[in-house]
Order: sequence, then C-alpha cells, then structure tokens
Amino acid sequence: MNTKTQRNINFVGMRKPAMVFSILMIIASIGSLFVNGLNLGVDFTGGTVIEVGYPEAANVDDIRKALATAKYDASVQHFGTAKDVLIRIAPQDGVDRSKVGDNILSILKQDNAAVEMRRVEFVGPQIGDELRDDGGTAMLLALAGILVYVTLRFEFRFSVGAIIALVHDVIITVGIFSITRMEFDLTILAAILAIIGYSLNDTIVVFDRVRENFLKLRKSNAEESINTSINQTLSRTIVTSLTTLLVLIALFYFGGKIIHGFSLAMIIGVIVGTYSSIYVASSSLLMMGITREALLPPEKEDDGREDDGSMV
Amino acid sequence: MNRYSLWKYLLVIAVTVLGLLFALPNLYPAQPAIQISSASPVVPLDNNVLENIKTTLTSKGLATESIETVGENKVLLRFDTPDNQLAAQEAINKALGKDFNTALNLAPATPAWLRGLNPMNLGLDLRGGVHFLMEVDMKSAIDKSLARNSEEFRTLLREKKINYLGVKRVADHLVIQFKTEELRDKAEDELKGQYRNEIDFSNSATTKGAALKAVLTQTNINNTKRFALQQNITTLRKRVDSLGVAEPVVQQQGLERIVVQLPGMQDPTIAKKILGTTATLEFRLVDEGRDAYAAQSSGRIPSGDILLKERNGNPVLLKRRVMLTGEYITNASAGFDQNQQPSVNIVLDSKGSKLFAKATGANVQKLMGVVFIEHKTDITKQEDGTIKKVTKVNKEVINVARIQDQLSKRFQITGLDSPQESHTLALLLRAGALAAPIYIVEERTVGPSLGADNISAGFKSVIIGFVLVLIFMAVYYRVFGLVANLALTLNLVLIVAILSMLQATLTLPGIAGIVLTVGMAVDANVLIYERIKEEIRNGLAPQAAIHSGYEKAFSTIADANITTLIAAIVLYGMGTGPIKGFAITLAIGIVSSMFTAIMGTRAVINLIYGGKKDLKKLAI
Repeated sequence: MNTKTQRNINFVGMRKPAMVFSILMIIASIGSLFVNGLNLGVDFTGGTVIEVGYPEAANVDDIRKALATAKYDASVQHFGTAKDVLIRIAPQDGVDRSKVGDNILSILKQDNAAVEMRRVEFVGPQIGDELRDDGGTAMLLALAGILVYVTLRFEFRFSVGAIIALVHDVIITVGIFSITRMEFDLTILAAILAIIGYSLNDTIVVFDRVRENFLKLRKSNAEESINTSINQTLSRTIVTSLTTLLVLIALFYFGGKIIHGFSLAMIIGVIVGTYSSIYVASSSLLMMGITREALLPPEKEDDGREDDGSMV
Repeated sequence: MNRYSLWKYLLVIAVTVLGLLFALPNLYPAQPAIQISSASPVVPLDNNVLENIKTTLTSKGLATESIETVGENKVLLRFDTPDNQLAAQEAINKALGKDFNTALNLAPATPAWLRGLNPMNLGLDLRGGVHFLMEVDMKSAIDKSLARNSEEFRTLLREKKINYLGVKRVADHLVIQFKTEELRDKAEDELKGQYRNEIDFSNSATTKGAALKAVLTQTNINNTKRFALQQNITTLRKRVDSLGVAEPVVQQQGLERIVVQLPGMQDPTIAKKILGTTATLEFRLVDEGRDAYAAQSSGRIPSGDILLKERNGNPVLLKRRVMLTGEYITNASAGFDQNQQPSVNIVLDSKGSKLFAKATGANVQKLMGVVFIEHKTDITKQEDGTIKKVTKVNKEVINVARIQDQLSKRFQITGLDSPQESHTLALLLRAGALAAPIYIVEERTVGPSLGADNISAGFKSVIIGFVLVLIFMAVYYRVFGLVANLALTLNLVLIVAILSMLQATLTLPGIAGIVLTVGMAVDANVLIYERIKEEIRNGLAPQAAIHSGYEKAFSTIADANITTLIAAIVLYGMGTGPIKGFAITLAIGIVSSMFTAIMGTRAVINLIYGGKKDLKKLAI
C-alpha cells in the first residue's frame, strides 16, 4: 500500500490557523489553572484515601453521615461500580493522622460487617510537599536533559522548537485535567513525563527528516523543505500514534480504575503530541528563521557516524 | 547485501533462548500460601500443633495442596485459590491463638528443573500488603545523646573531685556552671581530653561565677543520627520478624527514613502498633520519705524526684536516678504470676544483671516502681506551610512492688492490664527499644482482593493491547508486519525475562509501562518499513531498498528512543515505589525493543529475502 505517490498536503500553509488554535488552547489551560487549580490527589496534598467494597450497592450519603458523626470531614463517592466507595480525608489537625484509616474502617465495620478494605493510603504532609517539589524538579530536569541532547544532535533552534512543542503538550494536557477537575495524582505525573518522552520521539523523527531534506533539497526554501519533511514522515507519525493509541485504549478499558487517569492522560498526550509534532515544532523552526546554512556542519566537525550511512 | 554474518544470527538465537528460559518461571506463578511460625521462642511448632492445623482445616472443609516444613519452627501450607487461603488463615489463626503467627504468603511454585530461576517479583499493589515509610525523630536522638552526656559530665567531674554547681540544658547544647573560673578551666581541661572530636567546649558568659558551654560537633551529630537510623532498622527488623510475615522488607531510605514492606499482611493496625510504638521500661526507687499526694496538689516536687502517675491515677514520687533502663533486657516473655495475673518474665544481660543486682541489693525491702515509657509524635502543617513535629512522652508507673531479694538476671514484673498487653510488652521488650522514636509518614495498604484484581486487569490489558497491535501490523505491513509481530513477541518475552532476572518489582504502573512499550516498540519497525517503502517509491530495487531502509532509519530510531529513555531515567530518580516500577519497565522495554526491532527483524528479513537474487516485489 502507499508505495506509489508521495502525499503533499500543505501543512505549513495552515500553520497560522493552527497557531491560533494552539494559543487559544494554551490560554484556556493556563486560565483554568489559575481559576480552578488542579484537583490534586492525596499523593500531593497529604491525607488519607480509603477504598472499600460492599457486597451490594452502597449508600454514599449514609456513609458520609456516619463519618461526620465521628467528626471526620470526608469526601465519599462511588469508585467504578456502585459497590465500591472511595473515601478521602484531607489532613486534619489534632488527630493522629496515621490512625485515621484504621478508625474509619472500624466505624464502617460497625455499620456493615461485610465491608471489605480494598486499599488504604495515608500520605503525611511532608511527603506530599516533597512529592510535589520532586515532581516539578523532575519535569524541569527532563526538559533540561532534552534541551542539551537535542542541541548536541541538531542545532540550538531545533531544541528550542522541541521544547516549545513539549511545553505546549504539557500545558494543554494539564489544562484539560484542570478544566475537567479530574484527579491529578502521582500516576498522572508519571504519564506526563512519559508524554514528554513520547512527544519528543515524534518531534525528533520530523526534525531528522527536516535536517536531511534541508541538506538534500538544494532548490527548495525553508518552508517547502519543512512541508516535504512533514509529508514524508506523516505515514509513520500516524501509524505509530495509532498503535500507541490502540494499546492505551486497551489499558483504558481493561486496566482497572487505578490507572484509568493515567491512560486517559496518555491518550490526550499522544493526540496533542502528534498534533504538536506536525505543527508546533515546525512552525517554531520557521518563526526562528531556520535556514539551510544553519544545518551545514562547521569545517572541523568530526562526524564519525558517516560510515553507517546515517544522516549528516 | 542483506546477509548477516553468522555470529549475528547466533546472537539473536542466543538472546531468544535465554529470554525464553528466564521468562519461563512466570508460567508457574507463585501460589497462595500460609506461613505459620511460632511467635515465642518457648513454644515450639511440634506435631501436636500440626495435628491441630490439619483438623482445623478438615473441619472447615478446606484442602491444602501441600504442607511443608520450612526450617525450624515454620510450616508452609499451599492453597489453590486466594479465597481458600484467606478462609484458612482466619480459621487457623483462631485455632492456634496468640502463640503462633499465621501470615499470608506467596510461595514460589517453580518446578525443579527451573530451580534457580525466579518469576517476577510482584509489588505490593499486585499481591496485597502493607507499605510504611517511617521517619526517625532525629531531634529525640540528639536529646538522648545530650542527656547521656550530661550524666557522664556529672560522673566524671565528681570522680575528678571538681566542684560544679549544675549541668543545664540550654537550647541545643549543655552549660555547666562553676563557682570560679579556676574550677571551670580545670574542668575544661579534663573534659576536652575525654571528648576530643565529639564535643566542643568553650567559655560561656554568665552573670555569676563561670560557665562552660558544651556543643556537639557536626561529626558527632551525624554519627548520632546515623547510629539512630541503623539501630532503628535493626530493631524494626526484629519486630517485623516477630510479626511472622514472609519476605518482609526493612530498608533505609534517605538519611532519616525507613521503608517497611509487609507483603500479605492484611491488618495494618497491628503492624503499626508493633512497629511504631516506642516503648521501654525504666526501674526507679520510690521516694518513700515524701508524700506524693502532697507534691501533686502543691505542685512542688522535691529535688531529686520526679512525679508520675500510676494506671489508676495515683501519684507516685520516684527518685530521679534510674536503677535500670530497658536496653539491658535481652529477653522477655509473657506469662502469669502465682495469682494468675498477666506478667512479663524478664532476662537481663550480664552488664544489666550486675547493675541491677547492685541497685536492688542496696535497697532490699524498699519500694521500686516500674515505669512504662511511650513516645507519640504528631506532625502538623502550620498555616505558613512549615511542618511542626510534636513528640509527647507518656510515662506511666505500671507497678510498684517491694524488693524482696536482690534481683539480678531474671525477674518478673506484674501490673499489666491483660494477657494481650503482657504479650505486646514482651514482644516490644524482646525486640529492643528504638534508639529514637519513629513515626509513620506514609502508608499504603492494599487488600488481597484488590491485588488479585489488579493483576487480572493488568494481564488483560497487556494481552488485548498486544493482540490489537498484532492484527494491525499484520494487516498494514503484510509479510513485514508479521516479522514485526515476531519481534514484538520476542520483545515482550525479553521484558519479562529481564524483570525476572533482575528481580525488579513489577507494579501496576509497571504493567502500564509494559503495555506502553508494546505500543511504542512498533515505532522502530514502522520507521524502517516506511523508509523502505519510500526508497521503493524513489526507484530503488527491493534488495537495495531493504538495506537503505534499515541504514537510514537507524539514527532516527536511536535519537527518538534515547529521549524517551531520558524521561524514564528522570522518572526513576524521583519516583516512589509504583512509579519506579513504571520507569523500570519503560526503560527495559525501550532497550529491548531497539534490539528486537533492529537486529531481530533484520535477521528474519535477511533469512526470508536476503538470498533471493531476483527480488522484484516486496510484500510490505
């Protein structure tokens, strides 16, 4: 299939509307982050989460009342099915926090002895803070490492383009979580780091081709070269995104409630990442005035990789 | 041109065979089992106990797959389903009582011919269990150190006959008061010689007389902290042993924290009680000359005494000087005294026996109080975001008894509320006092049913995702797609093999990482195949197209995978347990997918197409 002709869609020509769309999404995301904030999970805020299962459908209100009588300000909701209940308690003063989980379980057992403890998670306040800080640091470290690597392999403007695309992806993904108020826990953070890796993967493939074409297509200008590159890599981009989405959808439906948020975050990230590899990265290159000359190796560059036929 | 040298084929075959071999044990997953061990050194696990176990099981209609004796005093029972395992544990626990620990366990079921190879190590979120992260209260450790130093100064100065007015604790250091500067200087010389490198001494300004300031050196502080952490780890390990959990983990994390993992443990309350309690005993003489009630109501406590309460609320005046502390206790067991009241039988080590013999011998017929000391730490977050730790020390007199005879190595204490309490106290005393109090900063408990659910969910998503990708690749890339599917299968086998070999822990996010890798692994193949298609479009002959496709795609594949690898490494560095699991499987998956996609598929393609001289068309 498709070995006959080369597609030629004018992606670059559409970049202005695409840029407007991206900027709108980013503004919406940042706006929501300021107004709504993020629904941070217990991993970051500290507190206790208890998941319990009942043999038949459980009444959330009754549970909440029982806990309130015991002076626990709890958020109680169904989790997956009507038989499963998720109870969340924010950090409370004057209470031995590590015992909250046990106390609540005994209260629930008094009401209904058949209640089954699925899991209990207690995160002390300093751990929550540390994870928050570590998460931010991790993201910055990853971005820094990538900046260095891409600059070494390509050129500075490429790495800036790559970073812009990545930041775009992260902001929009986090923004969607903020707008929908979905819970943002540690697994979501892991997903975002995975998205950074994946989106960069995509972007690098396009850049690789851009570099090859710049040096090969002596008659085209920057815009045309980039357009050709995107078109040439389009098949690959779509196929890889498709296979990744296939597995993520399997994970989303069959992986259970605990990594539900993770798979959703990854799905959003893959879609946004693919879009950014096609538009955002290349547009940034053009905006920064990339030219053929920028890619020519300086006189003394030692390119030992040439024997393998790899690109220069 | 599309031929591999022989060694490359052999390499691919060797890796495949090794991969299959290491992954094979996972076809024999661990079985739900129960490990029964004796909780007290005096109660052996003999045939009577075994008969008891067997009859209990038969009466409940539960069948075991096998009963094995594992080492001394331990028995392993295997079951076919987790439900049977749980039912049996409840029944046996009730039947055997407090003297035995009945712990849930996952027993390896690797057949004999694969012995030596292990299946993957399942994380707590897949097998159920309790995970605690505990932090050592370093301030208390330093406090203790200063208190000890204070006592030592007094003894030393008395021995050297240097008169001092007092030793005071001021903020984080000690101040010794003297009448004259001459005395102070004399003391300084003596002490400096003794505490070289441990304590810095300097003159301290004071209104009357002269004072000497004693500050712990940084090395001293670091050593104290390190020692406190090590001591606590040792003590926790002993306590964890007494819980009878199979395969527990007690490890240092960072400079001040300890990770405790108890797989299979269902009730975190008991675990928390045993692990988190800092309980120890002190023995002090009762000040019989003074009136405790008077002291309590007036609020004036005579110097040299301290005022504590008994369990029933009665005040007791005890001498400040401690006769014996809990560190000298080598063994303790729960029992009953001659009035059938719960008691604890205590055995001291030689140093302790000597000390105690001397102290009690000099005070026969005097009253002695047994003080039970417990630390409770509460962490609160202030409004300004800082963390405040408050440690409350609870000291209670549990018994006041007259010393009948000189006591030395063995003796008994009474005054406990219940057999359960004597049991717990004996356990805590046996395992030793914690060098510094610890408190729980993080807890994750996963019940066994959730663990099993997670495994099946993870398994299902891997299989379904895998099959979807297989179908897609076969349809889209035809023969080359089938080759890519082979590579994908090998990739999955390699990931399982490497995880089993490294005994890395597989968690639910780890399974998500495997699923992700399955989706991303095809990327390398897609890159190669699209390139081959392109070369054909550009007019290259099929053989040349294959060659060129693999060559040109290589650096792209390397670049792209290395960047995802960077993300995985960063994740590994910052994450806690489950996230680390994700990072590990992602990293392993990337590396193995590079091997299978590049070398693996090339080998197969070469075998299929390499020899054909007149290749006209590629099924791609």
